[in-house]
Amino acid sequence: MLDLINVSYDTQIPNNVGLAQDKKVLKALEKWHPGYINWWNDLIPQNFQESMVYLRTAVSVDPKGWAKFDYVKMPEYRWGVLLAPQVEDRRIPMGEHAGELAWQEVPGEYRNMLKRLIVIQGDTEPGSVEQQRFLGLTAPSLYDMRNLFQVNVEEGRHLWAMVYLLQKYFGKDGREEADDLLIRSSGSEEAPRMLGAFNEETPDWLSFFMFTYFTDRDGKMQLESLAQSGFDPLSRTCRFMLTEEAHHMFVGETGVGRVIQATCEAMNKAGITDPYDIDKIRDLGVIDLPTIQKKLNLHYSLSLDLFGQEVSTNAANAFNSGIKGRYMEMRIDDDHKLKDDTYVVRTIVDGKIVAQEVPALTAINMRLRDDYVRDAAGGLGRWNKQIAKAGVEFEMKLPDEAFHRQIGVFSAIRANPEGVIITQDAWDKGVKDWLPTKEDGAFIQSLMVPCFEPGKYASWIAPPKVGIDNKPGDFEYVKLHMA
Amino acid sequence: MNKPVKQHLIDPEICIRCYTCEMTCPVGAIEHDDNNVVVNADSCNFCMDCIPVCPTGSIDEWRVVVEPYSLEAQYSWEELPEQEELGQDEAATGLEALDDAMAALLAEAHKGAGGKAKAPATAAKPSINMYNLGKPATAKITGNYPLTDDPEHDVRHIILDLGNLPFPVLEGQSVGIIPPGTDAEGKPHLPRLYSVSSPRDGERPGFNNLSLTVKREAGGLCSNYLCDLPTGAEVQVTGPFGATFLLPADAEAKLLMICTGTGSAPMRAFTMRRQRTLNGPSGGMTMFFGARTKKSLPYFGPLSKVPKSLLEQHLVYSREGEKEYVQDRLIAEEEKVAELLADPKTHIYICGLRGMEEGVERAFTTIAESIGEQWIAMRDVMREDGRYHVETY
Repeated sequence: MLDLINVSYDTQIPNNVGLAQDKKVLKALEKWHPGYINWWNDLIPQNFQESMVYLRTAVSVDPKGWAKFDYVKMPEYRWGVLLAPQVEDRRIPMGEHAGELAWQEVPGEYRNMLKRLIVIQGDTEPGSVEQQRFLGLTAPSLYDMRNLFQVNVEEGRHLWAMVYLLQKYFGKDGREEADDLLIRSSGSEEAPRMLGAFNEETPDWLSFFMFTYFTDRDGKMQLESLAQSGFDPLSRTCRFMLTEEAHHMFVGETGVGRVIQATCEAMNKAGITDPYDIDKIRDLGVIDLPTIQKKLNLHYSLSLDLFGQEVSTNAANAFNSGIKGRYMEMRIDDDHKLKDDTYVVRTIVDGKIVAQEVPALTAINMRLRDDYVRDAAGGLGRWNKQIAKAGVEFEMKLPDEAFHRQIGVFSAIRANPEGVIITQDAWDKGVKDWLPTKEDGAFIQSLMVPCFEPGKYASWIAPPKVGIDNKPGDFEYVKLHMA
Repeated sequence: MNKPVKQHLIDPEICIRCYTCEMTCPVGAIEHDDNNVVVNADSCNFCMDCIPVCPTGSIDEWRVVVEPYSLEAQYSWEELPEQEELGQDEAATGLEALDDAMAALLAEAHKGAGGKAKAPATAAKPSINMYNLGKPATAKITGNYPLTDDPEHDVRHIILDLGNLPFPVLEGQSVGIIPPGTDAEGKPHLPRLYSVSSPRDGERPGFNNLSLTVKREAGGLCSNYLCDLPTGAEVQVTGPFGATFLLPADAEAKLLMICTGTGSAPMRAFTMRRQRTLNGPSGGMTMFFGARTKKSLPYFGPLSKVPKSLLEQHLVYSREGEKEYVQDRLIAEEEKVAELLADPKTHIYICGLRGMEEGVERAFTTIAESIGEQWIAMRDVMREDGRYHVETY
């Protein structure tokens, strides 16, 4: 009998979808596989490829099997195709097909819409690995290096997951799209990644933590809404990806928290109470809180752009056709059709920001973004508690949604972090206090020196409270290959 | 006062609110607000499905409580409350196991410590009760070797492979083995406890396996079942259990280990752990190990290969040569033992047959007196400090 829980290693590609019996798809994936390995090998610096990294690998998709920790060389990581177990009699949760049996095959009328959603999701996964490719060289500890590589291999696996869907369900053009996912490249002139945020550089570790906190959280929200899909294979894929995505949130939230902690501890030790005494604080080898806030402003505003237009007929169509749901759709207590409901969005009327009621169906993106903002605010609460506990008077804030936007209604105006519309002139004057400047970047860059001794951490970041897999403080998370 | 209960909690300082546990929980016992993720004590059934999926480790927290913390209380937390002091009754107020039968067995085994045991301050955090009678783990026997050359005294080294199942076990912890079949009332047999004799990274490093040291008892249901198992056989395992009889992570800690027979199992695990991890000076380990004869002393061969710098060995025999019990040797080594007793870095471990306790206590009393101390007072201080551990049966 086909074992759909445990991962099968009887083909080159670990999977729990019975690939060994599915010759056509297996062949397509095996053809795609060398290109993927080349992509990976060209990407990450060679000495890291040869190092033994303490990674977790899923050996089955039931709760007890997807967190096996062991040393592995990254190119030998078992990337594979893993779907959450099929729920018997699963129904489409929303839209005009709500209540009908979930689709096991692609419904013809939604084929293009589905393919586009999968390609966009798939494009972000390798994009982030490309953005982070050089960070290993300046890792502030072996612990952080491990976490970076864990994020990287899992983003790589998420690419596999999307490629499987394309090759299994979308025939020839699916295979072409799968190939293109390896051709586009972050920041490339001729073939960039599809979404703006995935073409920005990740130049330093604070950016990486902010990225995993904010941008990966957008990824989580997108996966959450695709996990509601009436197209069951997509739903099952995304449900399993979410279990891995949680680790990325963890890296981001604790990473930023540890940077803040190092700063507060250094300030206290040196007897500095004014968080704006920037030069003196920087002399301590830590990142001042106002600069961390500026980084936060940048990454948060970029992540809001990922949710698209506030009012969108595409999003309405995807919801209505049962392709993409809302965050926690199953727990929302309404008719899941949104025929006559409205939703409040903020927009610009006569040069002023006003709240406006629009049909809920067209505000699906906005609703997901609001859920995202609430979710993202949680970490700030923790960081602020840490700052307060250290006795420093400072509070991290999420800037207003109108601040620094490139997409949506607010891209037409300039607003300060409080959400007040300002002139271009006022923006030019204020921007150095709101977004990281070149000098800020150069300072952070100056701190990016590697710290590769087990149990040791760079000056600007505190050790974690708990080790990965309950390991002790001096655990050698990466056995570096020094050639 | 109500009978205290064990409650599953989440550490709000470590949790990042990813809700993976909430989505994994098969009975909907986990929920969240904008602040915290919390566990409903009324519905949590300790199935442990949420433990491995947590990316942070915040999920594996337990408290013994008279009145379970309400959801409202948990929502308001900024940090996890300390374990309240609920008295000395280990079975009722300890956290060595979550299921009552196993907790009672361990409490009985720990009785000789004279009060509720505490874990060494630097011990790693143990996982307990990942598997229970209702949901045991299946392990495969990959080795079953005789350790003694004495038909009257058949002790075996049995290796269990856990395959792909997570089974995090620390040196000094025990596992339950469920003998097949049913008892006179037609109920499945309760698991029998065995101390693990391999270190945390496996009998073979990097393999997900562990070893047990099992003595065949005349008429013993579980010991005969285990000792007769061939390679490849499957066995149902519960646990891990035990949260105090643990190794301090501090390499400078001095270990004084006293054991008889299969009581050597945790001592072997401790020794191997140090052997595999030490790279520098250590506080050293001293072992007093009693058996009837050389031929019935488990691990006699391998022990002879452990260097003295790591482990000072006193192997004594009660039916051979100069008949001697461990307490006799303790007295003979009075000066050395007294020095250890007085040293705040010393951790004492006693494991073996219940009968050995009395003699060892008497020896310690004598030795303590020789340095002008009262043994009971010393022992109580050490125990409160997490430095005195007894497991006898």
